[in-house]
Amino acid sequence: MALYSEKVMEHFRNPRNVGVIEDANGIGEVGNAKCGDIMKMYLKIEDDVIQDVKFETFGCGSAIASSSMATELIKGKPVSEAEKLTNQAVAEALDGLPAYKMHCSVLAEEAIHAALEDYRSRQK
Amino acid sequence: MIYADNAATTKMSEAAVHTMISVINENYGNPSSLYSIGQQAKETLEEARKTVAEAIGAEPREILFTSGGSEADNQAIRSMAEEGKKKGKTHIISSAFEHHAVLHTLEKLKKEGFEITLLDVHEDGLVRPEELEQAIREDTCLVTIMYANNEIGTIQPIREIGAVCRKHGIPFHTDAVQAVGHIPVDVNEDSIDLLSASAHKFHGPKGVGFLYARKGVRLTNLIEGGAQERGKRAGTENVPGIAAMATALKDAVANMDRNAALLTANRDRLIEGLTKIPHSALNGDAKRRLPGNVNFCFEGIEGESLLLLLDDKGIEASSGSACTSGSLDPSHVLLAIGRVHDVAHGSLRLSIGEDLSREDADYIIRSVSEVVEYLRSFSPIWRDLEVGKKEHIL
Repeated sequence: MALYSEKVMEHFRNPRNVGVIEDANGIGEVGNAKCGDIMKMYLKIEDDVIQDVKFETFGCGSAIASSSMATELIKGKPVSEAEKLTNQAVAEALDGLPAYKMHCSVLAEEAIHAALEDYRSRQK
Repeated sequence: MIYADNAATTKMSEAAVHTMISVINENYGNPSSLYSIGQQAKETLEEARKTVAEAIGAEPREILFTSGGSEADNQAIRSMAEEGKKKGKTHIISSAFEHHAVLHTLEKLKKEGFEITLLDVHEDGLVRPEELEQAIREDTCLVTIMYANNEIGTIQPIREIGAVCRKHGIPFHTDAVQAVGHIPVDVNEDSIDLLSASAHKFHGPKGVGFLYARKGVRLTNLIEGGAQERGKRAGTENVPGIAAMATALKDAVANMDRNAALLTANRDRLIEGLTKIPHSALNGDAKRRLPGNVNFCFEGIEGESLLLLLDDKGIEASSGSACTSGSLDPSHVLLAIGRVHDVAHGSLRLSIGEDLSREDADYIIRSVSEVVEYLRSFSPIWRDLEVGKKEHIL
């Protein structure tokens, strides 16, 4: 039995939306190096729609795959929809994660929410 | 495929496989039975005991066959703790980066009232004999220090450690699982009273190992039952496994010099090549280490990702990152030599085999360099280091 699902491995090997958005208007970073996972999300939001999203991740295979999947799930979506993103949705889209790796999907959810929070605070 | 995880386990040698199968097929008797095939099995068992004893300079009667290194570690420590307790001695000295078979046994003894001193292993991954001597007390009943570390491969100054223990009359146990069959081990020259070893680390089968206990050392049973192994380890002996272990060990000792020279050349080639990766560092002393062990930390990346991508390139290795250990903390060995968490997560252990070619070593260097560079390209930690937001540690 493999450690991860095919879907996780596919996203790990070919992560979507990797990199930085120079003129991002929402940036969120969660996790810490001590625990071995850091995720940073960059959002470009126009007219309340996520026009572009990119990520940088330091972490294990499932952390990279979760970041990639999370960006796919919110790209092109209205902010109101992105706000509803849950870690379960990320894990399900990846055809599941091992129990002790679920925290990676939680980090992905938190990173997206942190970036949206940053966007909102910049709008004030 | 390049298998570079020989510290985890090794492929059985052809000779060991042959021995095992022939014992299974033709020599299936119970060594405790008095009829012919029983006695034939007994003979095979005692022949193996002789071979194993010779490999470490011991007497056959000082060898006790076990299910592996962990059982031997448990029995050695438990036995000496029990003996100590009878004399009111309840202090044990060990090191901070022992195998969990030792550390977890010590933790359990601590709960039972023993006092445990764990010696510092310093940045080079070596215990200092003078610090051991300072730690010895009136009530010290055991010193247990590994021969060579399983993660970073550093070889302890065992002879000096043994001499200190002998001078103070304290039993000395060493977990020699990574050493036996790879580097010369002599229980008399090294003043070792108890030693643990495991067959599958030297091209023998899994599930079999041995405990050496010097004549006069009193052992306590972990497994009660029949009178096998001089009454100290009940249960019908794993004759095929034990015979195969003896075959593997005999070959390992006979070819030790040649193998060590081959491994050392490739080890040093790997160390030289991987050192060129910016912000990387070798873990443990460069020379006082096992011939086949290479262990590095790379800043800004995480070990599991590194392993998965190396696996895609056909290289099988291991890491001390938290994600590969199933806990939140990275390897206790890397923390013990002073690596901080951030860096310890990005570790790689290559434990190469005798069949590794120079070209394989070069392919490993190229592959690791590529993967580290790729993972750094989207690591937020690496970005912070590069733009000067954080300072490089390595």
